[in-house]
Amino acid sequence: MRGLPPALITAIVLVAGFAACAVQFPNIASTRVVGNLLTDNAFLGIVATGMTFVIISGGIDLSVGSVIGFSTVFVALAIERWGMPPLVAFVAILVLSAAFGAAMGAVIHVFDLPPFIVTLAGMFLARGASFLLSTESVPITAPVYSTVSDFALRMPGGGRLTTIAIIMLAIVIGGALLLHLTRFGANVYALGGSRATASLMGVAVGKMTVKIYMLSSLLAGIAGIVFSFYTSAGYSLSAVGVELDTIAAVVIGGTLLTGGQGSVIGTFLGVLIQGLIQTYINFDGTLSSWWTKIATGILLFAFIALQQGLVALARRPATKSAGAAT
Amino acid sequence: MENSPDSAPPLLEVRGISKSFGAVRALQEVDFTLGAGEIHALLGENGAGKSTLIKVVTGVFPRDAGVVRIGGEDIAPRSAKAAVAAGIATVYQEVNLLPNLSVAQNLFLDRQPMRLGIVREGEMRRRAKALLADFGLDIDVAAPLGSYSVAVQHVTAIARAVDLSARVLILDEPTASLDRHEVEILFGIMRQLAKRGIGIVFVSHFLDQVYEISDRITVLRNGRLVGERETASLPRLELIRMMLGRELAETTSERATASEHQARDVCASFEGYGKVGYVAPFNLELRHGEVVGLAGLLGSGRTETARLVFGAERADRGQARVEGAPVRLQSPRDGVRHGFGYCPEERKTDGIVAELTVRENIVLALQAKRGLHRPLSRRDQDEIARRYVKMLDIRPADPERPVGLLSGGNQQKVLLARWLATSPRLLVLDEPTRGIDVGAHAEIIRLIRELCDDGLSLLVISSELDEIVTYSDRVVVLRDRAHVEELAGEAIDVGNILAAIAADGAAVAHEAHA
Ligand SMILES: Nc1ncnc2c1ncn2[C@@H]1O[C@H](COP(=O)(O)OP(=O)(O)OP(=O)(O)O)[C@@H](O)[C@H]1O
Ligand SMILES: [Mg+2]
Repeated sequence: MRGLPPALITAIVLVAGFAACAVQFPNIASTRVVGNLLTDNAFLGIVATGMTFVIISGGIDLSVGSVIGFSTVFVALAIERWGMPPLVAFVAILVLSAAFGAAMGAVIHVFDLPPFIVTLAGMFLARGASFLLSTESVPITAPVYSTVSDFALRMPGGGRLTTIAIIMLAIVIGGALLLHLTRFGANVYALGGSRATASLMGVAVGKMTVKIYMLSSLLAGIAGIVFSFYTSAGYSLSAVGVELDTIAAVVIGGTLLTGGQGSVIGTFLGVLIQGLIQTYINFDGTLSSWWTKIATGILLFAFIALQQGLVALARRPATKSAGAAT
Repeated sequence: MENSPDSAPPLLEVRGISKSFGAVRALQEVDFTLGAGEIHALLGENGAGKSTLIKVVTGVFPRDAGVVRIGGEDIAPRSAKAAVAAGIATVYQEVNLLPNLSVAQNLFLDRQPMRLGIVREGEMRRRAKALLADFGLDIDVAAPLGSYSVAVQHVTAIARAVDLSARVLILDEPTASLDRHEVEILFGIMRQLAKRGIGIVFVSHFLDQVYEISDRITVLRNGRLVGERETASLPRLELIRMMLGRELAETTSERATASEHQARDVCASFEGYGKVGYVAPFNLELRHGEVVGLAGLLGSGRTETARLVFGAERADRGQARVEGAPVRLQSPRDGVRHGFGYCPEERKTDGIVAELTVRENIVLALQAKRGLHRPLSRRDQDEIARRYVKMLDIRPADPERPVGLLSGGNQQKVLLARWLATSPRLLVLDEPTRGIDVGAHAEIIRLIRELCDDGLSLLVISSELDEIVTYSDRVVVLRDRAHVEELAGEAIDVGNILAAIAADGAAVAHEAHA
């Protein structure tokens, strides 16, 4: 008996929370609200998917918020000022952000530095660079933006599944498949178990580290593009502190902050819980939006305590010793 | 044995390997030759350089000098992965697997069966099951490896290395946590592999096993090659002399007579003590100046009994008494408070703090017992550390060295020193001689007897029946998580213990397969 998987607990919390909200505000239980929730949190879902890989591998990526900010500014300037076709601008920012992540991964591995420090430096670097590009908000008027914003799948009940929500869902599903079904995914867990051991077992630890941070930054770049669609602008101060919301979503989703365990689906549920709290506060109308932070904080505490409990349970020896296993 | 000119080059040839860690010269100009189909034992005292040689050959440590050839070709692997690619599969001394991954993922990490970029989970589990079945293990391969015992983890590590189907298989103390039955299975597999032409390097401190399985022996001492011999023509005493560089003082075994220990005071007693689903209720009396041995197969409840006695696991029935007074043992703290010490079997996870120095590790439990507001002075610490380094012959004799840099056997001694330093009334030792060389082994057994004479009460778990017979005043035999037999005085011998373990043939077969 190993207890419920943490992601299942997150799912139960989400369903219970949703039911409680729906009792108070029956309108919440509509595809319209759910559609908006997915749209509002699309960028968060995308970065959190990348962060899940990083945290499971035993690392952390504090630079994602800044990379999102940089990406919005870069895309806005590239399209509006430098006259790049939007698609080219998108490809350029994806290449840039991937290279940035790869560089952080390489530094972490080669100099054996704590990811916390390296990505903290990355955070300042990316944020600084976006200020260098522009300190003002740059509105994007390119026609693609309105086309994309107007497009949405209609859901029964009048809800709209927007393009960016679809992108997010696709990335979450893709991320889950990558993590749970591929060799790359297995190696991510291996690194989180122990880097030294993974290396003795033949995992190319250096390459893996580079790839994992590359993935995280790449997804932050995509989240930046999505964010620019969401706000139709690029602004160097956008997504400040998003790295912390992201980490919170990952942890609430049942991923162990010390690495080695977790799931993308759990992270997605964690994102939805944060979105649900925000939605509740919007519906209530009287509460300050800072209550989102407080509620998130309380949930974080609860989940970390819960995980410690589960870990302690799993550590108990002899739950399955050779003799007992039949 | 040098090759005649017309013979093919040996499978693995190591020439003039040197390796220093700072000022420590771990290996100096070591040669080693392994033929195809040969089982070659690599022997030496704790800290002789066996594990270092293996890590240098497999590219985990860079070498300072020397060449490594496989089938006559120079190789210079720079990682464990590269060594595998060059044809060398290794089980390192520290069981190197990942407790958070499933057993199947551990077996097939980085080489999972794939289809279209997707790991074939079902196929992988099926193969994992088949592979472990060869080792007599029938377990749920989808469960995390960490939920299984050290022995299962060790077998998994060996199975993984064997399945890499390399030309050279290196096993660094593979049998340290296995019981007799598992050792036999492993030896069967090793013989099969050797027949197929695979060369096997085998490190062990169990000389019986060395004589049973190996064709040839290479001995290292203090990082230097002492010599290479045919196993069949090397008398055991000569081998020990090669390893130690001196004669081994014979250990005398004298046992208190039955009447003698009846008279002694009871140190701790347990009545109807047990826990549902863990160990069946048992009665156990531990007297001052007495060694009680716990014998039984792996998973028979030996470690579980030890944990209950110490308080590391909470009993849900029965009564414990210390010096006659009823006590409650709810946590290791309670155990320590009542003067108990516990030396666990998994030193890597349960005991040693690799980053701390030898001195810091030794005074750890004593300091915890005294409480944080009564710190030991540095002078006391130095004095205690020096005493135990000398008493247990911990090498190198430098109390300021981080424990992680010591050889495996020396780490084990540090752990033992930690508990001895608390001057406990009852000391529980789980496999105290695992990974310890012949010289130190005799020392530890002598020490166990000495401690007893000072009035200490000892509860010792060991898979080495000869060893248990040597020092125990009484032996409790366990089977299927229950205490089934207690032997005392003249009744203690290997045959009787085996008979008790095997009293129910069906149960043994069942255990062996579990
Ligand atoms: N990473 C390291 N840094 C510094 N010194 C080391 C390191 N690894 C090993 N040593 C030293 O090298 C010497 C040889 O150690 P090694 O682990 O090879 O011994 P061993 O023969 O395997 O012993 P055992 O039987 O106890 O496992 C020891 O003195 C040890 O302290
Ligand atoms: Mg060793």
